[in-house]
Amino acid sequence: MAVRADQIPVGHARPLRMRVRGWLDRESVLGPVFVTPALLLLLLLVAYPFVLALYFAMSNAFIGRPSEFIGFRNFIRLWEADAFRQTFQNAFVFTGIAVAFKVVLGIILALLLNEQLWFKRVIRGAVLLPWVIPTALSTLGWWWMFNSLYSVVNWTGLALGIMDPPGPNWLGQKYYAMAAVITVNVWRGLPFFAITILAALVAIPKEIYEAAHADGAGPNARFWYITLPLLKPVLAVVVLFSTIFTFSDFNIVYVLTHGGPINSTHLFATYSRMLMIDVGRLGEGAAVSLYLFPLLVFVVWAQLRFVRKQAY
Amino acid sequence: MSVERRPLMRRVAIHLGLVPFLIFALFPFYHMTLTSLKQDRELYDRHAVPLIITQGPTLEHYSKLLWDTEFLIWTKNSLMVTLLATGVSVLIGTLAAYALARMRFLGVGTFGTGIFVTYLVPTSLLFLPLAQVVNWVGLADSKWALVLTYPTFLVPFCTWLLMGYFRTVPKEVEECAMVDGATRLQALIRIVLPIAIPGLVCAVLFAFTLSWNEFIYALTFTSSSDQITASVGVTSELIRGDIYFWGSLMAGAVLGSVPIVILYVFFLDYYVTGLTAGAIK
Repeated sequence: MAVRADQIPVGHARPLRMRVRGWLDRESVLGPVFVTPALLLLLLLVAYPFVLALYFAMSNAFIGRPSEFIGFRNFIRLWEADAFRQTFQNAFVFTGIAVAFKVVLGIILALLLNEQLWFKRVIRGAVLLPWVIPTALSTLGWWWMFNSLYSVVNWTGLALGIMDPPGPNWLGQKYYAMAAVITVNVWRGLPFFAITILAALVAIPKEIYEAAHADGAGPNARFWYITLPLLKPVLAVVVLFSTIFTFSDFNIVYVLTHGGPINSTHLFATYSRMLMIDVGRLGEGAAVSLYLFPLLVFVVWAQLRFVRKQAY
Repeated sequence: MSVERRPLMRRVAIHLGLVPFLIFALFPFYHMTLTSLKQDRELYDRHAVPLIITQGPTLEHYSKLLWDTEFLIWTKNSLMVTLLATGVSVLIGTLAAYALARMRFLGVGTFGTGIFVTYLVPTSLLFLPLAQVVNWVGLADSKWALVLTYPTFLVPFCTWLLMGYFRTVPKEVEECAMVDGATRLQALIRIVLPIAIPGLVCAVLFAFTLSWNEFIYALTFTSSSDQITASVGVTSELIRGDIYFWGSLMAGAVLGSVPIVILYVFFLDYYVTGLTAGAIK
């Protein structure tokens, strides 16, 4: 393909324009040209900041002060601090519970959506809505719903008789605050799970179910022995994907609790930002966000190794 | 088993099963909108039923938000940043995606992996060093810092999405055009892009949504009230001290979501395909 321009008989000397044109038509030239803007962007605004983060994390950088290299001291000091340990633990509790809920509810919701429905489009649209609305703004709505005086959640709970007055102070008590933060994360992430799993469900051939039905498999057996095994690859992708983004969540915690009460809902991102903005400790802040890095490496590795046979 | 023999019963049961999910998904929006339309008297009455408006709706909170705060400026900033970042990212992403989908050259595999890895990097990992970079290039506290940095997560996403679409365009169509004397670039613009329009629409929609919804960069890189975006304005400028103006706050949350809701209503199917295409391929 690429040499076609040379094969066209064009008399003696081809005009310069034609030569440039033929040259640009070669994949080995045009390819890199096409890729250059994206490559520059990745190098200057992703790779370079990443290296910078590594440097900050190993320095005692403080806003507005020259920094010195101090090795791993930031990481060690963080590990010895209660607030960071709490954050570390929160991140795992938050991610573990939220992802588990999203998987289970996502499968149930996808199974329901996969049935014959009367208002299919409208229902799908409604289900997906939390995922497209700006998280910071919708979380404000949840903040109001969990308000200590006017909580509609508590009002409903009291009205239904499942809570004792005055009901929990959602954002002011340790475990309730974590429950609130997880609820909002599940609310916002569930559509992604449901819609992706639904797409995988639709792709399962009907014949398999018919064959199983003919062999006497009931609905339960069909779910456990056909649906679930065939969903596995998609579930793996969705879970890996969601784990990294739940682990690094910022918006929900920042708006809902600011990490409180007493650090009980801080995640890496919110804690790192607090160290940087409120206290000015750049070095420690960078070290906190780098604690996300091993998980990222694992997720990328797993995705490349198991999920996508081809690298790109 | 008996349920299966009666399709109508089964269908009703399925719909009933969906009700809790629908309430969970929609109630926060309902409650937000309701709060933004309530009069203060009713809003802060602890004995009133919070689920409905009994004392008549009011647009007072909205007028307060629009005329007494700088909400319109924040929205204008959001719009500018979003449109520019989306345009630039889709353009860069289209070129990179085409190269990845169709061409063989030195380093193409490494580049593809690089794009994929960047696609998985959460923004909260890099906001801190990026804030320094933004300072150094002289864009501290400027919305242009957002135009510069948003492509870092938009380009990998657009590239990834469009690469899938370009691969579905049969190679033969392009080859025909090139046999007829078109260059690669012409083949891309005149043949491939028109076929891939659904993919481009999808990329534009998602890039628009992702940048409109972006929060941590906007919160960290900008702070003056003439530079911040709608999300940041509503969450930080409307909350001062311990007295919250819940009505206006909810009005801001509602209005700040309107552009996305409009797009969403018109392009729902693209959102569904884009969402699944982003994760499975």
